[in-house]
Amino acid sequence: MIDVQNLRKTFGSFVAVSDISFQLNRGEVLGFLGPNGAGKSTAMKMITGFLTPSGGKVSVNGHDVTDEPLKVKAAIGYLPEGAPAYGDMTPRSFLEFIAEIRGFSGDEKRKRVQEAAAKTHLESVFHKPIETLSKGFKRRVGLAQAILHDPEILVLDEPTDGLDPNQKHEVRALLKEMAKDKAILISTHILEEVDAVCSRAIIISQGKILFDGTPGELEAMAPERNAVSLTLEGADAGSATSKLERLATVQSVTTYKEGDDVRYHIIPKEGKSIVKDVAHLAKDENWTVDEMHVEPVRLDDVFRMVTQGGESAQEVRT
Amino acid sequence: MNAMISICKRELGNYFGTPVAYVFMVIFLALTGVFTFYIGGFFERGQADLRPFFIYHPWLYLFLIPALSMRLWAEERKSGSLELLLTFPAPLVSAVVGKFLAAWIFTAIALFFTFPMWITVNYLGDPDNAVIFASYVGSLLMAGAYLAVGSAISAITKNQVIAFVIAVVACFIFILAGFPVVINFFTGWAPQALVNAIASMSFLTHFNNIEKGIFDFRDIFYFASFIAFWLFVNVVVIEMKKAD
Repeated sequence: MIDVQNLRKTFGSFVAVSDISFQLNRGEVLGFLGPNGAGKSTAMKMITGFLTPSGGKVSVNGHDVTDEPLKVKAAIGYLPEGAPAYGDMTPRSFLEFIAEIRGFSGDEKRKRVQEAAAKTHLESVFHKPIETLSKGFKRRVGLAQAILHDPEILVLDEPTDGLDPNQKHEVRALLKEMAKDKAILISTHILEEVDAVCSRAIIISQGKILFDGTPGELEAMAPERNAVSLTLEGADAGSATSKLERLATVQSVTTYKEGDDVRYHIIPKEGKSIVKDVAHLAKDENWTVDEMHVEPVRLDDVFRMVTQGGESAQEVRT
Repeated sequence: MNAMISICKRELGNYFGTPVAYVFMVIFLALTGVFTFYIGGFFERGQADLRPFFIYHPWLYLFLIPALSMRLWAEERKSGSLELLLTFPAPLVSAVVGKFLAAWIFTAIALFFTFPMWITVNYLGDPDNAVIFASYVGSLLMAGAYLAVGSAISAITKNQVIAFVIAVVACFIFILAGFPVVINFFTGWAPQALVNAIASMSFLTHFNNIEKGIFDFRDIFYFASFIAFWLFVNVVVIEMKKAD
């Protein structure tokens, strides 16, 4: 549905987006990840037809965004960065304005406005000026505006920014529900979002794509994957390190003193799972285990690894 | 077309939804009164016409119209809603024209409320109502010209104060384009054709013709093409500067 090829945008000598290519199809939720200033928003502004690309092509449903901007704009629902709206209007008058400009009138207009407001739970603030609303409500007004015409494609720039955990949950549920018959592109710097809603993630830094794959593939890149954390009562501490290190699957062991107890951070050899081996060992040795768990994958670490690699980072494409 | 009407309606709603409309109307009506009766000497002249009323319009508009036009685009730029406006499935020109029309209709409403003036002069004497009608049309056209300039200038910046000040200066130049204060600046170095062109751009000259009752098609055409030109500039400015 969206086909982006070698997209480029420069402002004077500053290169905001240097070379981005990807496709997005119906049923996918693609998460744009990247540090602030990576070019996520600029790329989205070009896809939605707000900015003119300095190079490359964007086509939406086969329509080129530069040649047929109105067709592209009609197919897209867009939540710009910061969810701008007209502050003096109420959500109701604002949504009615959006409905009119999208070509709805009469009963159809009323129905669309009501549906969009219901999906984003705006009823309680429907008649209050937007400028008096909280950040969360403003964001939802922006979201309501984007989904009002039931577009095939949604482009949402940080849709959950500023929402509280409950609201985030609701918006994500809404996105998942809509994902079935739409193509959705969201940008975020909250990594949990990728796990929560995205079927695919692209990491952008300095205007380039550094990673393009599923959230699972992203997790697989985590350093120290499947590491095990084991806490033993002090008495057993002495000899445990060497015994753990002797396990065939273990790469290294680090110890941390925690009060009377000792915590072992055990890193497996590449691609191995060690939790069973460690458990057996603990049983055989009769250690008093206080706590033991597999360290959860920290996407933050992956993100930092990918985006801070700078020049030396290999371009990872899957 | 539909988009243009929705945008125009929204803008008009914005004027009346905020104190802007009421403050503007009251000040406009109070000032036209002051100019007509005190400075223009409406009663002392002993003539049944509205010349003392219309003759000050160019100067009233000089400050009031930029106050109206300054927010047209600067505010959109500042709040980020420009991005929203330009990603609707509507051509940019419909947004430019829609906004301009809203401001123009608003000015027309303000002008309409000066009708007691017209009634008064008819009550006191026997004026030439055709001339008064022509003057109203001329005044509205001139207001449109100010608005078109102001709107284009508002598209340059996100700061409304800057938009206001530059628009006042620009309009001042257009008022006095045919007068020595502006002409002397250009004579000597600019080609004579350009100087003549600038001189012919004066709001005052064209408005005075209409307001005297000389309803010449050229004056109407002047204002109409002037408005069209500045709306075109408006579109170009937004197109060029939308990334800022």
